[in-house]
Amino acid sequence: MIYKELVVIGGGPAGLSAAIQAYEEGVQDILLIERDFELGGILKQCIHNGFGLHIFQEELTGPEYAERFIKELKKMNIEVILDTMVLEITNEKKIIAVNKELGILNIQTQAIILAMGCRERTRGALNIPGFRPAGIFTAGTAQRFVNIEGYMPGKDIVILGSGDIGLIMARRFTLEGAKVRCVVELMPYSNGLTRNVVQCLEDYDIPLYLRHTVIEIHGKDRLEGVTVAEVDDNNLPILATATYIPCDTLLLSVGLIPENELSKLAEVKLDDRTGGPIVNQRMETSTQGIFACGNVLHVHDLVDFVTQEARLAGKGAADYLSKGKVDNYADAIPVRVLKGVRYIVPQYFQGKEMLNGRQELFMRSVKPMDKAKLIIDSDKGVIKTKTLNYVKPSEMINVALQKEELCQANPNYLEISLQEVGDRS
Amino acid sequence: MTEEKFVTCIVCPKGCRIKVILDEGDILDILNYGCKRGVEYAREEVMAPKRILTTTVAVQGQNIQMLPVKTEDAIPKELLKVAMHETKDLSVEPPIKIGDVIWPNIAGTGVNIIATRTLDANV
Ligand SMILES: Cc1cc2nc3c(=O)[nH]c(=O)nc-3n(C[C@H](O)[C@H](O)[C@H](O)COP(=O)(O)OP(=O)(O)OC[C@H]3O[C@@H](n4cnc5c(N)ncnc54)[C@H](O)[C@@H]3O)c2cc1C
Ligand code: SF4
Repeated sequence: MIYKELVVIGGGPAGLSAAIQAYEEGVQDILLIERDFELGGILKQCIHNGFGLHIFQEELTGPEYAERFIKELKKMNIEVILDTMVLEITNEKKIIAVNKELGILNIQTQAIILAMGCRERTRGALNIPGFRPAGIFTAGTAQRFVNIEGYMPGKDIVILGSGDIGLIMARRFTLEGAKVRCVVELMPYSNGLTRNVVQCLEDYDIPLYLRHTVIEIHGKDRLEGVTVAEVDDNNLPILATATYIPCDTLLLSVGLIPENELSKLAEVKLDDRTGGPIVNQRMETSTQGIFACGNVLHVHDLVDFVTQEARLAGKGAADYLSKGKVDNYADAIPVRVLKGVRYIVPQYFQGKEMLNGRQELFMRSVKPMDKAKLIIDSDKGVIKTKTLNYVKPSEMINVALQKEELCQANPNYLEISLQEVGDRS
Repeated sequence: MTEEKFVTCIVCPKGCRIKVILDEGDILDILNYGCKRGVEYAREEVMAPKRILTTTVAVQGQNIQMLPVKTEDAIPKELLKVAMHETKDLSVEPPIKIGDVIWPNIAGTGVNIIATRTLDANV
């Protein structure tokens, strides 16, 4: 049995920042476990730029962003084991992992930070009729093929879903000489950043069909084409608009899901809205001493916020280890989601235990709004309001709550809503 | 002959669809912008649009096949494909440090292609 004070699972930007922060807060005996042969997580395949504007005030590529943290981590006395996959964790904080050379590792630790990232929704989650020929990939898998393995999975491409990874891949494939026929999106708006719509689609005259979907897949061994149709107000295809588009590759860019198979084994409670653990102000899950940050907690569009949240989890774990076992949900108040808000993190709050003088709340809206009023309400009255411009579900909203604001009111719950300005309903 | 071009402004999240009216390549008018920053953006987008190019080049290594690279600065948009062509057959050997120049003066722009990650000798 190996004994450790703190184990971090996952060596992406979340795990890296969490480990660094915990170390800086005085935790000495840290082990970081990564299943890949090197650190960096998904950022290694995100070779485009646009990372780090908030944290570094400059535009970095994914690998550059990761390397800054890897370098910092290596200066510290933090133990890292690569090529090691965590198979099991328990609520007693026992970990079973497997390494190619060392075999099975049994680890007992006092605290765990979950930083396993997310996975992509696949065709199974979508229900498109037709055979399952070769040539259908998630956008992230295609990104790995092209950017890491140097292999083009196709030449004639249709992209379903306008998430950022799909948009980025539309440009990448075009520059590599493939033909990208179109991007098909069910919603009446794009799910990606405007900047990506402009620089990845408009720059190359790639059409974006909003309120459209793929209704049929053609081809038996290899994909030969797809049928695309417009949808009505109930998202049902309007058959009269069906059009056949020949292609040898279909990329799915239809969303990400936090990777929580391990969390469930440790009896960590999940939030249906985020797909990730329910956490309190220090990113601690419902299982004492187990923390979560990054895409395992909720899916982020900006890596900068991942880093910010991971620092809080690192600080939280250090706080837990130094204070001993404080009940993480005693006198915690729930943060509820009302109209206009899809989800919020953290879901619980102990105002007195806030680690910094202020705390960020991360949330997403249910629909795009030109102008919206964010209201943080409670049983003791409204605590804070803020007017936000150009809110979009694809762009995370973060709002800071000051410790005094919360402690003065001393509420029993918080309720968050987003009201469209000009909408009187 | 006048001509109309549309530019989506990305300076702020509003994303105005700005209309630029051109006459023989000269800007006659800029319309439908939400604020002054958009005017400047639209002018540059129509007259001399520039982009950072990010791509990969082959690596002769064991575990790692590709090295991610980028242009040190933005280059004219119309030269992106030329630049891709120029880097197509490049191949590098580790060790490489982040920021190392991999290919100088891409597409005659005076801008270098640099490595965006470090590769140790034994990758
Ligand atoms: C394909 C894809 C492309 C993306 N592109 C962008 C982008 O362009 N811009 C952007 O801002 N964001 C992008 N994102 C979001 C991006 O994931 C986050 O910004 C950020 O990288 C998340 O960091 P993370 O550390 O939470 O997760 P990750 O970077 O995914 O890191 C998780 C790490 O945990 C490891 N791991 C998982 N399970 C285990 C286990 N059981 N045992 C050991 N190790 C394990 C994984 O190997 C991985 O290294 C993308 C996400 C995906 C999936
Ligand atoms: S023109 Fe002004 S308001 Fe409109 S998107 Fe650009 S910066 Fe924003």
